[in-house]
Amino acid sequence: MTLDDIIASLFPDGHEVSNDRGVILGSAPLRSGGRMLLLGVADRTALGVDEAIRLSGHVLESIGRDSGPILVLVDSDSQRMSKRDELLGLNEFLAHLAKVLIHADMNGRPTIGLLYGHSAAGALLATGLATRVLVGLRGADPAVMDLPSMAKVTKLSMEALQEKAKSTPVFAPGLSNLAQMGAVHMTWSNATSLADQLAALLADMPAAQDRRDALGKERGGRLKAAEIAERVRDLALQAR
Amino acid sequence: MEDISFRHPARARASGTKRSAIVGVVASGNLEVLVERVLPDAECAVDIKTAAIGFGEVWSAVIGDFVERYSPGGLRFSINDGGARPDTVSLRLAQAVRLI
Amino acid sequence: MTAPLKDITPAERARSTSFYEASARTRLELLLDAGSFVELIGPEQREVSPHLKIFDLPEQFDDGIVVGHGRLSGSPVFVAAQEGRFMGGAFGEVHGAKLTGLLRAACQIGSIPVLILFDTGGVRLQEANAGELAIAEIMRAVMEARTAGVKVIGLIGGRSGCYGGGGLIAGCCSALAVSEQGRIAVSGPEVIETNRGVEEFDSRDRALVWRTMGGKHRRLLGVADVFADDNVQDFREAALELLGLAGPFGLDRLKAEQERLAGRLSRFGACADAVDVWTAEGVADAQAVPELPADQFVALANQIGRTSRDAR
Repeated sequence: MTLDDIIASLFPDGHEVSNDRGVILGSAPLRSGGRMLLLGVADRTALGVDEAIRLSGHVLESIGRDSGPILVLVDSDSQRMSKRDELLGLNEFLAHLAKVLIHADMNGRPTIGLLYGHSAAGALLATGLATRVLVGLRGADPAVMDLPSMAKVTKLSMEALQEKAKSTPVFAPGLSNLAQMGAVHMTWSNATSLADQLAALLADMPAAQDRRDALGKERGGRLKAAEIAERVRDLALQAR
Repeated sequence: MEDISFRHPARARASGTKRSAIVGVVASGNLEVLVERVLPDAECAVDIKTAAIGFGEVWSAVIGDFVERYSPGGLRFSINDGGARPDTVSLRLAQAVRLI
Repeated sequence: MTAPLKDITPAERARSTSFYEASARTRLELLLDAGSFVELIGPEQREVSPHLKIFDLPEQFDDGIVVGHGRLSGSPVFVAAQEGRFMGGAFGEVHGAKLTGLLRAACQIGSIPVLILFDTGGVRLQEANAGELAIAEIMRAVMEARTAGVKVIGLIGGRSGCYGGGGLIAGCCSALAVSEQGRIAVSGPEVIETNRGVEEFDSRDRALVWRTMGGKHRRLLGVADVFADDNVQDFREAALELLGLAGPFGLDRLKAEQERLAGRLSRFGACADAVDVWTAEGVADAQAVPELPADQFVALANQIGRTSRDAR
């Protein structure tokens, strides 16, 4: 599905969305009434300082002015890898975007990420992984780290890595691996109306508490994270 | 990875009162040693997980020398080795005994 | 005549210990009030990574991070220190979860700050998905804690720097202290060179790496708020200073940060190199900055006046 198809399927009653060099900004009416703020990265564009500042600005302008949920559409490359972006402090720009989304989510503007293409590493952290619910569209291909780079660093062959990836979801790219780890909450089918699936999710949003580690444990992808975090938290609370 | 274990009698109980101590870092050419006061006074044990395969004889000699010199009675040493040289191993073991 | 070892005060010992060279454990031991540190899920618990075996890699009993609580000038603090020499201090499933749990406790308590001693290359490749998720959860936990009034202070000065997802977590902190040896970035020098070529970034040009990502540039740019000399006592004093200055988090901070970052882009977005940034900031002899000793650099940085405490 192209971005246009996806937006048309999500918002059949129309929308105001622009895609300017891979930066998606806009809003659209919801069937249930009210509007949904839209933002995102398209066309596998790298997420650099110039893109991030526009995305965070779009959300900040909306806080206080609008109500309603926020949708983050994701088909990005990784973060932009360049001297200029690092020189200017890319880590702050990406963190700022994530913080803005997290703040919105904690303050009456629930956030949903829709991963419909690619994303990786820092770009994923600043967008999809900074939302309350991350949805994967069937066919999306997220990666934390690509296998060729992994092969180079670990000095293992691609075949050896692919073999290991059969027995664990913990490192290899892919929507199903990220779902099993608890990163992707649910997968939507492009065979049925995205508007219906969005409405169903909005009517049944989970609470704002981050339960991804518990989800990862339920699905068998992360067996230690939830338990270790809980043990440390309990021990630390006793320190009071 | 290879697992190697040693059990030795010890002439004397290792001095000190701490229950456990840790030295070192698992990195190339380095190792960590976790030492715990959990055994009877006349025994000591060394359990090693090492990335370098086939050095059992060398470990045996290093551990044997260490036990002979320090008599670490009552102590269990657990090692995660990143491929350290014998003298580094000896150093860490000595540091561990001193720390506990 | 030098004083015998046992007569050296804790402060003197901390002042003469390189933060860069010290292990995570030693940093905490000397940073906090003597004897006050209590470790949670320490090495004797043997909570190692379940994912390294498949790669035939050695484990570390604390999975490369030391977390716990202690006192700083008598006041309680939560602390986490990454061991940069174990797997590059990278975030794995267990490693990350220890910090997440600590932050969630801090959020619940509300009145005890958190010090994070970053020393990380980012996500641990062998557990890439778990590491990335851990970082996402830590970012959320930092923001929830800050919203509850908790000050989260980052200290950066280790061998692995503060790269990748670590750089994003750092960007979520209330304030940061950095030393000359510290580096803060998202992509590492080698990764930029591999992806974009040596003309874009020569990873073997150490001076370039430090001008672009290193502590002095980060301090002058406002990515970090305080510059510390490379010793544990300096970092202790920096932490105390930042704890005193860091204010409460709210929407106004985010709006101020948007302005701060947009302003940075418009002022320095066309600069080709850090030297051009420093010159534009009003530094008279920008070329001399890398060679400036710490005390002169601190004076220069304070004179330039760029801090981000109220806008992060």
